[in-house]
Amino acid sequence: MVPTNVSLMRRILVAFIRNEVRKVGLERVVVGLSGGVDSSLSAMLAAEALGPGQVLGIMMPYRDSSAESLEHARLVVEKSGIRSDTVEITPQIDAYFAAFPDADPKRRGNKMARERMTILYDHSARWDALVAGTSNKTELLLGYGTLHGDMASALNPLGDLYKTQVWALSEAVDVPEAVVSKEPSADLWAGQTDEAELGFSYRRVDELLYLMVDQRYGRAELVEAGFAPDFIDDVARRIMTSQFKRRLPVIAKVSHRTIDRDFRYSRDWGR
Amino acid sequence: MAQVNPKLGDVAANLALYEAGVRDARDRDVDVVVFPELSLTGYFLRDMVPDVAVTLSSPEMERLKALSREVPLVAGLVLEGPDHRFFNAAVYLEDGDVRHVHRKVYLPTYGMFDEQRYFARGGRLRAFDTRHGRFALLVCEDLWHPSTVYLAALDGAMTVLCPSASPLRGVADGAAQDDNARYWELVTRSYAETYGVFVVHANRVGFEDGVGFWGGSGILDPFGRTVCKGDYYEEDFAAGEVSHAVVRRKRTRAPLMRDEDVDLTIRELERIRGG
Repeated sequence: MVPTNVSLMRRILVAFIRNEVRKVGLERVVVGLSGGVDSSLSAMLAAEALGPGQVLGIMMPYRDSSAESLEHARLVVEKSGIRSDTVEITPQIDAYFAAFPDADPKRRGNKMARERMTILYDHSARWDALVAGTSNKTELLLGYGTLHGDMASALNPLGDLYKTQVWALSEAVDVPEAVVSKEPSADLWAGQTDEAELGFSYRRVDELLYLMVDQRYGRAELVEAGFAPDFIDDVARRIMTSQFKRRLPVIAKVSHRTIDRDFRYSRDWGR
Repeated sequence: MAQVNPKLGDVAANLALYEAGVRDARDRDVDVVVFPELSLTGYFLRDMVPDVAVTLSSPEMERLKALSREVPLVAGLVLEGPDHRFFNAAVYLEDGDVRHVHRKVYLPTYGMFDEQRYFARGGRLRAFDTRHGRFALLVCEDLWHPSTVYLAALDGAMTVLCPSASPLRGVADGAAQDDNARYWELVTRSYAETYGVFVVHANRVGFEDGVGFWGGSGILDPFGRTVCKGDYYEEDFAAGEVSHAVVRRKRTRAPLMRDEDVDLTIRELERIRGG
């Protein structure tokens, strides 16, 4: 069972945000608010850590984004008291794809995710803030996110929490019920849901990932624990083939000291 | 126990934490103040190790010696030997002098840890005498090896000082603290009670690259009772009394160290080592 010790996770994550933001000499964070549970939780944890006035939630709808998503993001803003702003991405997305009218939904979705990333980073500079991430451990492991898009952030309080844990913690910090209970969706096209696209439920894959990754169960042990071999293999393959998304770009080694290979420093160097 | 949150790689800033901690200790009339493992430098140093290393005569060490005239202290730092090996070390300073150096023996190099990549392994484990009695110093992972506390106790230590930089991890259901805090509290308590010693555990707090340190410093007495306890996850200064009378009482009731058969242990160890 994936542990859902919400009081302890909450304490750790609030301390994490406070520590990691303040040690770089800042007080504020920017979060992209999609109306989903991950970004809502990230924003509400940041509000608890830094005070709601130090958190800017930015809604970045495209013209065919669901109205419900925007409505849910607004609920989170109201409930948490954080600052908010809305930046439409329709003009620039449409201008770009006018030159590439045959782009498939995946290209369009990635472009939108990266457009939103540039807006968040611009606002982080504008407002002396860090970009807080919203990718949870389930989607990071499955590679279910856009590299340099929604996966980009300066600090990510949710990156070691499975979706199951995100849900539990969201309830504990009072993320609006409508946001917690709805079906997760990347909202890239009407009616899209994560679970339909992935082909399995988050709760089920979290049980598998927890045993596979955290407890290091081997394949035979996972089969014995009741997981279908095809499911295990599919998830294992997804983790392996998306490894590139969790690493820096590959650098060709030429010198004696190559960045991140034998030039090794923590990110918090001097902090 | 000065439960501090050091800056990674900034020795000058951390020396200021030491000065503040010693002031705090003096104001509270504390006899000895223990700073956590690598609290002069930060923990996940990686390639910074040679840049933050000090020697027994560097200006930073002279500053620590001067501070020890105000209150004796344990410092956690990177110590460079004359042969340019770097050690994860804890140093006991008293009356302006270095009384004892312990170079961490067990350097964790698994999971999130990479100490053997950067540090040389210490090769000695000795108790030592101070104004306040006979102590032993063990750094973090050292304490996870029961042989170290066994040796310290046999060597006459009444108090085991353990500076650590212990990262929080594992959030089991129903637990008030993380798994690692739970385990530390289990071993410090059982060592104290098993060997009839005080265990003084000084752990740090703060985050480095998302890894948090759980704090919760404390003193366990030889009956396994908590003498004092620092906050979890937050900076704090925890102070409590270490008393020889309590060691005496415990060792009178249960004279386990008196009865310890060192020769038996040595014979069997030699047999085991010999294969």
